[in-house]
Amino acid sequence: MSNIIKLENIAKIYEVGAEKVHALKDVSLTINENEYVAIMGPSGSGKSTLMNIIGCLDTPTKGTYIFTGVNVSDMDDNELAEIRNKEIGFVFQTFNLLPRSNALHNVELPLIYAGIPKTERREKAIQALKSVGLEDRIYHKPNELSGGQRQRVAIARALVTNPSIILADEPTGNLDSKTGEDIMALFNDLHLKGHTIILVTHEEYIAEHAERIIRLRDGLIERDEPVTQRIIPNHTLNEG
Amino acid sequence: MKKFFFDLKEGIIISLKAIRANKMRAVLTTLGIIIGIVAVTTMSTAIVGLREAFLSSLSSLGSDVLYVDKFEWFGSKDWRKYRNRKDITYDQYVKLREMLSPGSYEAMAPNKRTFGKTVKYKQRSVQATLIYGTTEEFIKTSGAIPEKGRFMNELEVKAGRRVCIIGQDIANNLFPNTDPLNKYVRINNVPLKVIGVLEKQGSAFFGSFSMDGQVIMPLKVFERLFGQRRGRMLIDIKVADVNKMDDVKEEVISVMRTIRKVPPGKPNDFAVNRQDVFTEIYDKTVGVVALAGIVITALSLFVGAIGIMNIMFVSVTERTKEIGIRKAIGARTWSILLQFLSESAIICMIGGIIGLIISFPLSLIIDRFLPTAMPLDIVALSLLISALVGIISGFLPAYKASKLNPVEALRYE
Repeated sequence: MSNIIKLENIAKIYEVGAEKVHALKDVSLTINENEYVAIMGPSGSGKSTLMNIIGCLDTPTKGTYIFTGVNVSDMDDNELAEIRNKEIGFVFQTFNLLPRSNALHNVELPLIYAGIPKTERREKAIQALKSVGLEDRIYHKPNELSGGQRQRVAIARALVTNPSIILADEPTGNLDSKTGEDIMALFNDLHLKGHTIILVTHEEYIAEHAERIIRLRDGLIERDEPVTQRIIPNHTLNEG
Repeated sequence: MKKFFFDLKEGIIISLKAIRANKMRAVLTTLGIIIGIVAVTTMSTAIVGLREAFLSSLSSLGSDVLYVDKFEWFGSKDWRKYRNRKDITYDQYVKLREMLSPGSYEAMAPNKRTFGKTVKYKQRSVQATLIYGTTEEFIKTSGAIPEKGRFMNELEVKAGRRVCIIGQDIANNLFPNTDPLNKYVRINNVPLKVIGVLEKQGSAFFGSFSMDGQVIMPLKVFERLFGQRRGRMLIDIKVADVNKMDDVKEEVISVMRTIRKVPPGKPNDFAVNRQDVFTEIYDKTVGVVALAGIVITALSLFVGAIGIMNIMFVSVTERTKEIGIRKAIGARTWSILLQFLSESAIICMIGGIIGLIISFPLSLIIDRFLPTAMPLDIVALSLLISALVGIISGFLPAYKASKLNPVEALRYE
């Protein structure tokens, strides 16, 4: 198994006024292909910062980040944008769909920025929406969809470019537990299909769906261990 | 390059959506541009029209004609100085004709004119006419082409026959239903036979009088009708080669000095005028005023541009989250920049088009006074300007958007 993510002595320091905040102090970790990893920690532990760095939304102050064999620690904004576009699928707590665009267009968006021609784009987007069970909702706008459906659109958007990793930040945080369960089942499916999934959460129960949990505290890795009793969700991909 | 058009196309689609989502705001923002474009286009239409009107009023003067006159047309420092000069006489014309080298001119016509005479036919009459007394060569120097009948010939001029050529307006007014040819009109109670009707020439000097209200007759008849002293004599010289205007002018000056016995060292007591001095003077004076007018109206466009910039800043702030999402999923700096630039350019272009739609009828109204419609280049130019205004005023907000940090933008609520 080859590693996709390799962080070496990563530190991130924010300057808030005259004060320096060490959000991450010294973090080293590797994540392999087709792993299902949860990153946990209380607020202020640095897990959002770590997620931003893993997701190439931000660059570390110190340390090296090798992503799919490429050093991305000192890439510029446009190079990072391209990495995010091609290699990373984001799923956010608040879905972050474009409110004025329908599901199809939302899913197409990464392909637009990848410069994929229209017909191919449409085909792939419809395929992605099918894979999350939303083929009959493709022309609905976000406000015409339920929370679970919105999160599935977001997952379809994350999947559509066939990225190396899927990065989910509290994906069930805004959903009721039943819908949350459905979404976790979907992630489980994706993992079985060979996707690498990184889940950021503060809920123990959600984290236990993963194979491995990395716990952060005060900008350092507190524990990094496999999950002994994984929760395997019931396969219920029929209604959202 | 392909990538650029791809980004541009997407940018335009996104911005059209954004504009549609905020119709009222777009309309209000556009208003500034609309007013600016209406002001600039109508102003420039008026200016172009004014110039056109001026030039067409000069069209009765030929560009290849020298006018020997007692007055300097644009040397009006001391009017009385010119007035006290000796008149140009018919004898001087005859001598000038003899002495000027034969190949240098094509035609030479002495002429006198007078305004405001009444021309009658039976019960009908036309006032405020312009009457010329001249020779057969006037047809060449003035370009007064008869549409019906013919111009006067050498014999009629020499013998002082009572014939005349009338303008369109006079023909229409005096002879609404009949053919004017060979009828006798009366001026100062003297009957004159109509031998020709001039083709339509349009109004001159902004419609203050019509070139179609003129009557042309032999010089001798003119002097008989109005007396020797009425009207000052001009000699119109049509040069053979336009490129040698200056040479011919110099020759005319030296010959006229000899004829009028101007001692060496003394200034000319006559002037050789050209039509293009009018254009020059016009551009020097009215041109400056026109430029000032355009600059002032352009200020309103500038105010509109500030409005666009303002609203684009609001739009960027409002859509910080959207920008964050787009960046997170792979929009490059350039794509975001282009998206917001096309939005402001489109808003401005819409403003420009609406502005043109409004100013077109305005230009038709102007057209009633000045012979012009809205020139096409002004249409194209104002569209270009409005797009440019959009791009310039949208640049700062778009740049701000493109440089947003995705993490912070995503966190924005």
